[in-house]
Amino acid sequence: MNCQLASDSIFYQNALYRFIYDTAGTLVPCSFSHVIAGLTIMLMLVNSVLLGAALVTWLERRLLGRLHNRIGPNRWGPFGLLQPIADLVKLITKEDLVPSGADRIIFTAVPLVMMVPLVLMTAVIPFAQDTMLADLNIGVLFILAVSSATTIGIFMAGWSSNNRYALFGAARSVAVLISYEVPVVISLLGVVMISGSMSLNDIVHAQSIPFLLVQPIALFVFVTGMSAELNRTPFDIAEAESEIIAGYHTEYSGIKFALIFATETGAMLVVSAVIATLFLGGWNGPLEDFLGWFWFLLKTLAIIFVFIWVRATYPRLRLDQIMALSWKFLLPLSLINLAITAVEVFLLRDASGHLSLADLWIMAAINIPMAILLILLMGGLFQKKINSLPVRTETPMVPGVPTIEVK
Amino acid sequence: MYGLGMARGLLVTLKNMTKKPFTIQYPEERVKQHPRFRGEEFVWYEERCTGCASCAKYCPLGIIKIVTSPSESAPKEGDKYKLEVFDIELQRCMFCGLCVEACPYDCLFMGSGFEQGRYSREDMVIHVEDLRNSAKNPSTFYRPQLEQSGYDPRGGRPLSWREVGREKWDWHKREKAGLRLIETDIDSPSEESR
Amino acid sequence: MTVNVGPQHPSTHGVFRLRITFDGEEIVEVEPILGYLHRGSEKLAEERNYVQVVTLTDRMDYTSSMINNQAYCLAVEQLLGITPPKRGKYLRTLVAELQRIASHLIAVGFFIQELGAFGTPLMYSFRSRERILDLFEMLCGARVTVSYMRPGGVFADTPNDFWPALEAFLDDFAVEFEEMEHLLMENEILTARTRGVSPISPDLAINCSVSGPVLRASGVNWDWRKMSPYDAYDEMEFDIPIGRNGDNYDRFWVRMQEIKQSMRIVRQCIDIIEPGPVRIADLPLVLRPEVGVEAYGRVEASKGELAFYLVSDGGVAPYRCKVRAPSLINLTITEHLLVGWTLPDMIVSLGSVDINMGEVDR
Repeated sequence: MNCQLASDSIFYQNALYRFIYDTAGTLVPCSFSHVIAGLTIMLMLVNSVLLGAALVTWLERRLLGRLHNRIGPNRWGPFGLLQPIADLVKLITKEDLVPSGADRIIFTAVPLVMMVPLVLMTAVIPFAQDTMLADLNIGVLFILAVSSATTIGIFMAGWSSNNRYALFGAARSVAVLISYEVPVVISLLGVVMISGSMSLNDIVHAQSIPFLLVQPIALFVFVTGMSAELNRTPFDIAEAESEIIAGYHTEYSGIKFALIFATETGAMLVVSAVIATLFLGGWNGPLEDFLGWFWFLLKTLAIIFVFIWVRATYPRLRLDQIMALSWKFLLPLSLINLAITAVEVFLLRDASGHLSLADLWIMAAINIPMAILLILLMGGLFQKKINSLPVRTETPMVPGVPTIEVK
Repeated sequence: MYGLGMARGLLVTLKNMTKKPFTIQYPEERVKQHPRFRGEEFVWYEERCTGCASCAKYCPLGIIKIVTSPSESAPKEGDKYKLEVFDIELQRCMFCGLCVEACPYDCLFMGSGFEQGRYSREDMVIHVEDLRNSAKNPSTFYRPQLEQSGYDPRGGRPLSWREVGREKWDWHKREKAGLRLIETDIDSPSEESR
Repeated sequence: MTVNVGPQHPSTHGVFRLRITFDGEEIVEVEPILGYLHRGSEKLAEERNYVQVVTLTDRMDYTSSMINNQAYCLAVEQLLGITPPKRGKYLRTLVAELQRIASHLIAVGFFIQELGAFGTPLMYSFRSRERILDLFEMLCGARVTVSYMRPGGVFADTPNDFWPALEAFLDDFAVEFEEMEHLLMENEILTARTRGVSPISPDLAINCSVSGPVLRASGVNWDWRKMSPYDAYDEMEFDIPIGRNGDNYDRFWVRMQEIKQSMRIVRQCIDIIEPGPVRIADLPLVLRPEVGVEAYGRVEASKGELAFYLVSDGGVAPYRCKVRAPSLINLTITEHLLVGWTLPDMIVSLGSVDINMGEVDR
């Protein structure tokens, strides 16, 4: 019973998979060794997402504390590192309520429906040089498709809670997702055009300079769009804390709530990893054969920092303003970006369809000033005109008192 | 132009990240307290108290309970009652300091601490024995003579009854009881001890 | 659909209950229900003598205790026909303006918190308020329930280290406040969410007898510190900020500008103050005004016109103490503020009126 991994299998590139497959293949039949190898790596990925989500909650609370000029949690463990464990223990010991009148099966299935697409997304992200679970040649499409499946879970949560407030929050979230999916997808098309393939590994290989410089509009649209899809401030209207609606997870308690919350934070982590791969150059950097994972981690953390920084600074937008932002601002931006990128790629590429480093720099030099200009000028489209207010006439004012008026 | 205000906001938040945190980690560190702080324990000097119960009358909540009886020495020296019960209910006290304001003999002072939590309601009432035995670190609230001498209850030594009044310690021999004297300096005690 | 925004709620400024009828997301009808914090202060005041009532007044609008004390002491001084000495007046003005800054910092911080900014400006404003409360502790021994003023002045002079600490605070706060302005005033998300929302016309404001920053945001420059100056306000130079539309942004803007004007007043007080007595010296411990005298002492509190109406019957306690609480009267415009707007705007609009339930219910 000697099984060797065939060289045309998509898992062939994955050295760990190959190793486990071959060693297990000496003992068990081939299909079993396939299962064993896959399960081992899946276990590692699932653990990494969950542990990563826990660590990101710690990071978020401490970073928010520093941005507020205070210390975050620091009592449990050194630097408060055991705080997620304390939160987990607290949530596990809570009573697991299912509201009366709620649809039990769907209610219980929601955390699973939300967590599974998230973990699926990690299958195609390259963590180090040529290191990923499966080098799908439709990687980008896979990520976009799977990331939307989380919202089905949100709507299931809202519906099955038998609670009108939860339904409000869930309906808002679905509306936001549908609005923001379009600009996000269109903005990624530019990246795909430049690198010539949808496989994430090939995109990283094609980034001799990070696509942050070559496609700044796409980065802006993608970050804003994903921030909205993840329900993070300034778009967190689905789970607004200071309004009466606690959102789609009103009725969840205990470990179900812990899983939903971990999904939200884990989604931020995975999306940051995707942004790092697509726009910042993934595992590119000096000594990338050995330290590829380190550069990847660093870039992911940088994007997480940006998400948390934006959360600490901005108030929340209203729902109609969120829709206006997407349809009136982000969609035209991403369409313009697509058109310009298509023209540039068509003019600059050589016979085999390859773009050299110099071509990329030329595109960067055109795209960056255009991005700044477009964002600053088109932002005015999003703002509602306030000239419709009546001009104040004949106010009873007291004469002789020094006053200052608002602008 | 649109968006510049938002970018400025981001810079402000980032700048605050580089500043030292404002948090003071209780219980390892404590916020700096000032000498006039109205603390929870009360400082009572039995030697100066005459049992007049002005503090009890002036308390807005009626927390202080004073029961006195005529003392054996009353007709002869000073007009001082024998104090039998002097209870202060800490659980309802709002630490307004009006009792301290009312005391004419400078014998009741606010304390300087704030950690007087107890586990049962009976423990929250201070009796006259507790008042006698407590550490005497009076707050300088409503006592300008302590402030002029620069006393700081948090770091200072306990004060005795001779050092805390506005007048010489043997006032009762020379003046009628109840008359508040203004601005005499505090001498060393004279040879005639009580 | 009728929804109860219950007494326990993270953003209704205390125990305030609203019964709202929605049509989709739009508000159709509003019914406020008050009284959850009623402690009977006015009745209790009839049982306590005139100085003990000062401790009661601390606790009405607990975010601005000094100004409550000031209003009450003005009323008692009218009853007795006395005026405090000069230094007492300057000290009163100084601490009242410091307290106004502290109260407006709370208002602004929680306003932005309700907009959803996850507490960053709240933390910054509370950091500054901590320093003001530290100054109050230096002055009178307590941070929030101060009881600093007495009929006839203030009860104690400032300690020696108060003045350097005050100047250090003013310098630091000027920098911190400018930082907050950079963070907030030009933020496009903030203006997009608050401009044009819930406007109050000046006629409506006057007819509903609102006062304070809400009235000034509608464009009427009415401020009791200028109209009938009390304490030392006739010697101070300051401007009155007014808004244009009376919407949420104007109410927020007026409060931010009032903080700046208060800083100006504090600096003038520091320059102009001179040594002297701070309290009338020969007042008895227990005050007894004449029979049948009544007094109305009003101040411009941080939330509007705060006034005490005292009637004396010759005894040690007031016969009747009626408080004209600005937050309660400002709630008259609740219906005009909320009907026709959506749910997120409701939270923000209520926050912009800045009510304090300790004052509404007393």
